[in-house]
Amino acid sequence: MKYCLSSLRYFYMHSARYALAIFLLACINPLLAEDAKYNMTRGVTDISGQVYDLHMIIFYICCAIAAIVFGLMFWSILHHRKAKGATPAQFHGSLKIEIIWTAIPVVILVAMAIPASKTLIAMEDASEADITVLITGSQWKWHYKYLDYPIEFYSLLATPRDAINNQAEKTDLYLRDVDKPLVLPTGKKIRFLVTADDVIHSWWVPAFAVKKDANPGFINETWTKVDKPGIYRGQCAELCGKDHAFMPVVVDVRSPEDFDLWVAQELERQAQEKAAEAARGNMTMDELMAQGQKIYETHCAACHQISGEGLPGVIPALKGSVMATTDIPAHIQIVVNGKAGTAMQAYGKQLTNSELAAVITYERNAWGNNTGELVQAADVAAVKGGE
Amino acid sequence: MSTENSSELGSELDHHQSDDHHAHDHKPHGITRWLFTTNHKDIGTLYLLFSLLMLFTGGILAMMIRAELFQPGLQFVDPHFFNQLTTVHGLVMVFGAVMPAFVGLANWMIPLMIGAPDMALPRMNNWSFWILPFAFTILLSTFFMEGGAPAAGWTFYAPLSTTYSSDSTAFFVFSVHLMGISSIMGAMNVIVTIFNMRAPGMKWMKLPLFVWTWLITAFLLIAVMPVLAGVVTMVLTDKYFGTSFFDAAGGGDPVMFQHIFWFFGHPEVYIMILPAFGIVSSIIPTFARKPLFGYESMVIATASIAFLSFIVWAHHMFTTGMPVAAELFFMYATMLIAVPTGVKVFNWVATMWRGSMTFEVPMMFALAFIVLFTIGGLSGLMLAIVPADFQYHDTYFVVAHFHYVLVTGAVFGIISGVYYWIPKWTGVMYSEKIGQFHFWCSIVSVNMLFFPMHFVGLAGMPRRIPDYALQFADMNAFISIGGLLFGLSQLIFVWMVVRCMRRKGKKASSQVWEGAQGLEWEIPSPAPYHTFQTPPHVK
Repeated sequence: MKYCLSSLRYFYMHSARYALAIFLLACINPLLAEDAKYNMTRGVTDISGQVYDLHMIIFYICCAIAAIVFGLMFWSILHHRKAKGATPAQFHGSLKIEIIWTAIPVVILVAMAIPASKTLIAMEDASEADITVLITGSQWKWHYKYLDYPIEFYSLLATPRDAINNQAEKTDLYLRDVDKPLVLPTGKKIRFLVTADDVIHSWWVPAFAVKKDANPGFINETWTKVDKPGIYRGQCAELCGKDHAFMPVVVDVRSPEDFDLWVAQELERQAQEKAAEAARGNMTMDELMAQGQKIYETHCAACHQISGEGLPGVIPALKGSVMATTDIPAHIQIVVNGKAGTAMQAYGKQLTNSELAAVITYERNAWGNNTGELVQAADVAAVKGGE
Repeated sequence: MSTENSSELGSELDHHQSDDHHAHDHKPHGITRWLFTTNHKDIGTLYLLFSLLMLFTGGILAMMIRAELFQPGLQFVDPHFFNQLTTVHGLVMVFGAVMPAFVGLANWMIPLMIGAPDMALPRMNNWSFWILPFAFTILLSTFFMEGGAPAAGWTFYAPLSTTYSSDSTAFFVFSVHLMGISSIMGAMNVIVTIFNMRAPGMKWMKLPLFVWTWLITAFLLIAVMPVLAGVVTMVLTDKYFGTSFFDAAGGGDPVMFQHIFWFFGHPEVYIMILPAFGIVSSIIPTFARKPLFGYESMVIATASIAFLSFIVWAHHMFTTGMPVAAELFFMYATMLIAVPTGVKVFNWVATMWRGSMTFEVPMMFALAFIVLFTIGGLSGLMLAIVPADFQYHDTYFVVAHFHYVLVTGAVFGIISGVYYWIPKWTGVMYSEKIGQFHFWCSIVSVNMLFFPMHFVGLAGMPRRIPDYALQFADMNAFISIGGLLFGLSQLIFVWMVVRCMRRKGKKASSQVWEGAQGLEWEIPSPAPYHTFQTPPHVK
């Protein structure tokens, strides 16, 4: 009993120290596991592994510094307190000590700067690439263009708006999935040229340790070489307006054989689509409205809203607007070419003529805009040709 | 440190003070006293109360942000409004809460610490305060305009803040100009006061560290606030007058915006921390009952940090695509800041070493400052490592980092200063029970709020998003609870302040704290309306 009490008292007297130790362990522990939910991951490239190692080294150095400084401080707090009868010493400086604690951090910093510089120089060397992809950010989607193949496409968030607005179940890939991922081969050095159409975006895939700002009017360069096939996810990292949270990046890395197969399939699919577009005649109002609504919701609703009411003071309304209810060619023109100096993008190359016709028809007949007017692919082609 | 003949000086002062009090104390009453005051104590009080109001304004915005982030999905606000919240939260906290609080403390304490009767330019002092309520009324009124408040982040990167912004941009630019004018005038006043109005014998190397850190801060303000004024003006002309500073189509460069902004922005973060260093350097010796360790090295370290702050700005922009040589330069320069900052922390610990410490509330907050500011400093060191920064940049790891240095650094520094000096201002001791309660509530909740942000950031959650992937849900719920508790904890602080202002509490002596040294502790508590009309002699 007596022993029990004294050990309890011992624990009580030292509880501050135990609590501190437990707290620190609890803080650091989740970080120790490499694939933990709460730490940077090692990633799948040589560079991302180096970055991870730098991160862990500097983290441990910081922990060691913190342990020493806070250790001394808490020791002092526990022992040099008036309540314990401590009398204050009167020393107030020592040149020797000042020099020591200036010099030691310098040595640690130099030791840290060397490997960091090496990795950085390697990361910035995008020369001798096997494949080049031009990445263009715009509000709020990514466009990928392979400079070595006649392939280019947009990549948009695949999560339905209903899930975001809590009207549908959120799946595991909530906000992390796109309609068309970027497809890359393993074992090849891929050079990314990164730019933007409107505001600044930032293309980030944590597993590659690649994050590069997409600046409108300028082209940035970065690279990666992935050894492990798989699907890697990231997202835009630079505030780019309203739907910044909703422009994920998905990269599907395949073996070189599978990649070649994908290229072949993609080219064939493109040819078929082109043929179908050419063969397509005039569509009925119902067809146009049904397709138009789908396109509107993926491409237009982020700004102009599902309701067509826009955002007062920021994005103009389409519902009841002059543009969407009067002159048809002017309406087509603005959708095809965008409006300079505003957030309105040019959709002429993002959508096919029949898709453009559908969405313009939809805008002219939805939300009580009932003009009853049909716009066909031929009308769009005429406006495009007339420029 | 400042005076060694305290008892002799004290009695002489008391005599003068009581004379002053009866003969010259003709201050107007009611609202005109506060509108037209040129008294440094009144203006200091106004600044501090304004800053408290802004702390809660910015805090309410933060509560709305954390409410939205409590669960994945959009619950309370739409994404456009969310961006307005984060933007204005940042602007209000930086320009409305932290900076005016420091100017308030400077107004109150610098004349008392250097033995001056008032600030050197009292009318300008009045003006520099009264600009602020108008500036923030303009800024906050943008919430009620069509298109809403500015939404491009407190860093308002172009072209999101120019071509793609709402028309409240013009109001935002005007309010930032007003804040800048106010800050520059405040800084000029501090410099002129310290240069010209020190009491006889108050030599440079006898100045209390709070005065030194504020002097250096004032020079930083004068150097960089015009740069901010320049960059907001360029935003204005790009948006409304057809210039193309930041538009490649007209020969400009959006990245140039970031260079100019951060040339202001990095010294700005030291503007928000150096005076806190000064406060802590006053408090630690008092409660350790031991002189500050390494006074000269503290001054040199402060000046070095200020100098380095001008050559590290691009570490905020490593991902913008810079030449590798520039990245290396900014990495090395940034790492170098750890050296003088380290010297400061080591000096504080050495000051405590073999002291005779007591742990009243100012000391508790100062100790928390040292530990938590150092955590923020260490994560700053991690951020300096460029390859790792590519992963950390624009994630919650950065949010955690700058909230550690700004909330548990700057704001805790300010709070410890308020507890330290409020007996001198009001003449009554704050309630130690309420103060300790405030401290413990704050210290627990602030770490619940900001510590887990490191983890979600490392795991890949970007900042400035209203909605996030499901793997971040648990941590965000926890963070939001911490945020709510931290916000509520600050109501205890208000309770403490109100009690003191209503003179509820034990009467304070003139020295207030057993270990306190310096001129401000030799005048009566509360400090009379006019002090040091006859300059004291400092030996």
